[in-house]
Amino acid sequence: MVTFSLSFTLNSAPVHIAIEPNARLLDVLRDQLGLTGVKEGCGVGECGACTVIIDGETADSCLVLAASVAGKSVTTIEGLEQDGILHPLQQAVLDHHALQCGFCTPGFILSAKALLDKNPHPTRNEIKTAISGNLCRCTGYMQLIEAIEDVAGARQEG
Amino acid sequence: MPLYGKKQFNAINRSVPRIDGYDKVTGRARFAADLSMPDMVYGGVLRSGRSSAKVVHIDTSEALRLPGVLAVVTAADVEKPQSWASYMYITDRVRYVGDVVAWACAETPQQVREALAAIRVEYEELPAVYDMRAALEPGAPVVQEKYPDNIFKESVFHLRKGNVEKAFAEADFVIEREYETQYIEHAYIEPEAALAVQHAGSGEMTVYAAAQNPFFTRRYVADILGAPLNRVQILQQTLGGSFGGKEEGLGLLAARAAWLCRHVNRPVKMTFTREESFLESSKRHPFLLRYKAGIMKDGRIVAWEGTQIDNCGAYNNQTQFMNWRANAHSAGVYSIANVKTDTFGVFTNNVHGGAMRGYSSPQLLFAQEQFIDEIAEEIGLSEVEMRRINCLKTGNQHATGATLSHVTISEVMEHTLAETDYEKKRETYKKQTSSVKRRGIGMAICHRSCGFGAESPDASGAMLIANEDGSVLVHSGLAENGQGLKTAYAQIAAEALGVPYENVQSFGVDTHAIADCGMTVASRGTVMGAQSVRKAGLQLNAVMRQNAVELGFFADMRKIEQVNGLKPYSLDDFSVNSGEQLLLRDGVFYLPDYPAYTVPFNAVTGSGIWAGKQLSSYAWFVPEPCVQDHETGQGVIAPTFAYGCVVAEVEVDMRTGYVDVLHVTSSHDVGTAINPALIKGQIYGGIVMGQGFAVMEDVELHAGKVGNPNLDEYILPTAMDMPNMRVNVFECDDEKGTYGAKSVGEPATEAVGAAIANAVYSATGRRIRKNPAGLEQVLLGKKLSKG
Repeated sequence: MVTFSLSFTLNSAPVHIAIEPNARLLDVLRDQLGLTGVKEGCGVGECGACTVIIDGETADSCLVLAASVAGKSVTTIEGLEQDGILHPLQQAVLDHHALQCGFCTPGFILSAKALLDKNPHPTRNEIKTAISGNLCRCTGYMQLIEAIEDVAGARQEG
Repeated sequence: MPLYGKKQFNAINRSVPRIDGYDKVTGRARFAADLSMPDMVYGGVLRSGRSSAKVVHIDTSEALRLPGVLAVVTAADVEKPQSWASYMYITDRVRYVGDVVAWACAETPQQVREALAAIRVEYEELPAVYDMRAALEPGAPVVQEKYPDNIFKESVFHLRKGNVEKAFAEADFVIEREYETQYIEHAYIEPEAALAVQHAGSGEMTVYAAAQNPFFTRRYVADILGAPLNRVQILQQTLGGSFGGKEEGLGLLAARAAWLCRHVNRPVKMTFTREESFLESSKRHPFLLRYKAGIMKDGRIVAWEGTQIDNCGAYNNQTQFMNWRANAHSAGVYSIANVKTDTFGVFTNNVHGGAMRGYSSPQLLFAQEQFIDEIAEEIGLSEVEMRRINCLKTGNQHATGATLSHVTISEVMEHTLAETDYEKKRETYKKQTSSVKRRGIGMAICHRSCGFGAESPDASGAMLIANEDGSVLVHSGLAENGQGLKTAYAQIAAEALGVPYENVQSFGVDTHAIADCGMTVASRGTVMGAQSVRKAGLQLNAVMRQNAVELGFFADMRKIEQVNGLKPYSLDDFSVNSGEQLLLRDGVFYLPDYPAYTVPFNAVTGSGIWAGKQLSSYAWFVPEPCVQDHETGQGVIAPTFAYGCVVAEVEVDMRTGYVDVLHVTSSHDVGTAINPALIKGQIYGGIVMGQGFAVMEDVELHAGKVGNPNLDEYILPTAMDMPNMRVNVFECDDEKGTYGAKSVGEPATEAVGAAIANAVYSATGRRIRKNPAGLEQVLLGKKLSKG
């Protein structure tokens, strides 16, 4: 099997890894790099459980060819906690009880992070739009939105 | 009855953080598909793509020659192809599109897919039947040979009360309607997964599984292996949602993984793709519901007749339990003297119906609560007045004959109507004439028997272990499925034992470590399942108080006097020689009359471990029996009922039929709110799941084949679809459940669809008698699908 030599930045650290040329980023992260916080829910880019951030933009890693992230920076849920301190979004999700089964939670947190990194004070509608690519069957989204608003520091009806 | 906030407890009745939250927000939580093992291989299955067929010839030789392939298995190779619960692990007679005709096991998932693609199968198509009405016709194709008329006879239930014929004859109005509901997919975001590992030497099988009910899964694994239950261990992994769905399909998956594991003698992981999950997991049963009511001029409903038929699909082991519930709730939340209803399931060559959040109630309420609105309109009464007159009140007889206490529905309803300005809006919306967009408001009320009740014994056991450092483990056979059971159980254990919540951890389910406590279903986990946790907590509280005395912590009277500011020797004629003299609360032991002297919990555990003291308890709880007559349905069906009221407001695009659900207010009597934030989460989630049921979700079947087997075509509500939501949590002094708690998981979703359907009528004047209220249904009154 011909392999592809992939170099990219993963959660702020350089990674060099041999992958199969047709590998999905999702499988490389989960199976080769052990980052199982990235989940597979549908395999067709609809549920958002496999969300990662690539150079500041969210992406469904089930639809991303792993080789295409060469030279790019990828963030997964495992990269958010720093020195034992939760990212403010992780803490807010806990504080607002904004999770139940937790399977979709990493994807939501990453979608919210990508939003707040670009737009620190979003309206409620902007929040809803930003997380609309992530499906949750448990929570009804309400406490998630409140958690994100809490971090954004402003409750703005929009 | 007050809104939440008037009760006094220590560890419960508080929104403590989730016990499993940290692992879930950091991605550390391990779901079954996240696990891997050295030497692990993969399994997969081949489905026929047919709804009714016989395998005439199957050739696996090419598949077996492919690189990395370890096994290719057909029905002829498996000693017991049929499970204990009628579903097939593997079969050569296909009865629905989810049936499996071959398995493959290989080194990589890609090699499994290649092997499955290389299996050559020749089929003979056989007659099939898909529609419930057609399945009941004489001479219809038979789905299961055991049931020649396609009626699932074990699922037939009746309710008989009073004399309906006489009451209909005397009624001023007699009104009849028919309603129909659709297949709904659970659509938990985590697809099913299992990893089977056989232990060297002992041959014992461990399966790590995405199981809603680990003991139920164990039954499948032991069954396929022909092994005793004590040789099969199921370890429930963090579960990515279930809602009743990870039962049969997951059991089949786990059993296949275990069989392959033993066959190839290596750990085997099997996961469903989303498409497979759609095909082989159960669905919310479609119901065909016919109701007839006799009403007096003053609005009193005096007679109620009903036929409730549900589509089982091709296999079944749930309809007979679900129809118990459908039967018991067949006359709604109303006090009606004369009732006659029949409920039964019908086999078809479709995906199978099973447990899904509500267990028949969303379907029944969709019909019943619209029917009440329709009756009211026809006799010229407001739908609110209709409910005020007829809804159950304390002292009324339920349709099943029991006299009810603590009936809170009137208060819950009046609060919700006032808060939403329902009656005024309903009148205002009647005057709309816009051909572009119209608003509508609708209501629904509901009641739900808590726990299993007369459906099956609602017993459970729990174990508490206090460790030497004062930390505590609570151990139950009921499962954390995402709903927050571990957190609620830790709170209840803490409350009963008398330690802070932070001291307690909930252990996940290991079938080797605790007794089977029945399934985590029927919204029974907190209301009934936790009774054993409370009981074990109270037992350990007594044991620990006695330990504190026997270990000498209350022997030094001088110290007790001093700390309490008493004169030396003033307690000379007082001694502590029984644990009954002490209290243990919030992590400290003390004498109620001399509370300043306290002994921390961990001092007693720390000494107790070295003194050989008992630091654990195990309790089994059996509720009061509920006895019901099978032929008439009369008797006591449940210890108590939960009550709810939902008001929904919609805006309908009159040009396209699009229903925008704008606001939903959902009010529930939860008895005692064990964790108010978790309850709100349940209710928010229930609203959005109910919205999906009402306006967008529909598993489209075309001759038994699923037309929308992934989330790109089966549409779930997103954050952009969700309505504005308001939740009211009521408490009451009914003490039947654990610390007075009632069910909420299923009440949270059951009445939402009905309220939305009534709101659509309010906006458009068009009745949605066939769910969901999709564009075509709203605009044209029918669906233009191929199916």
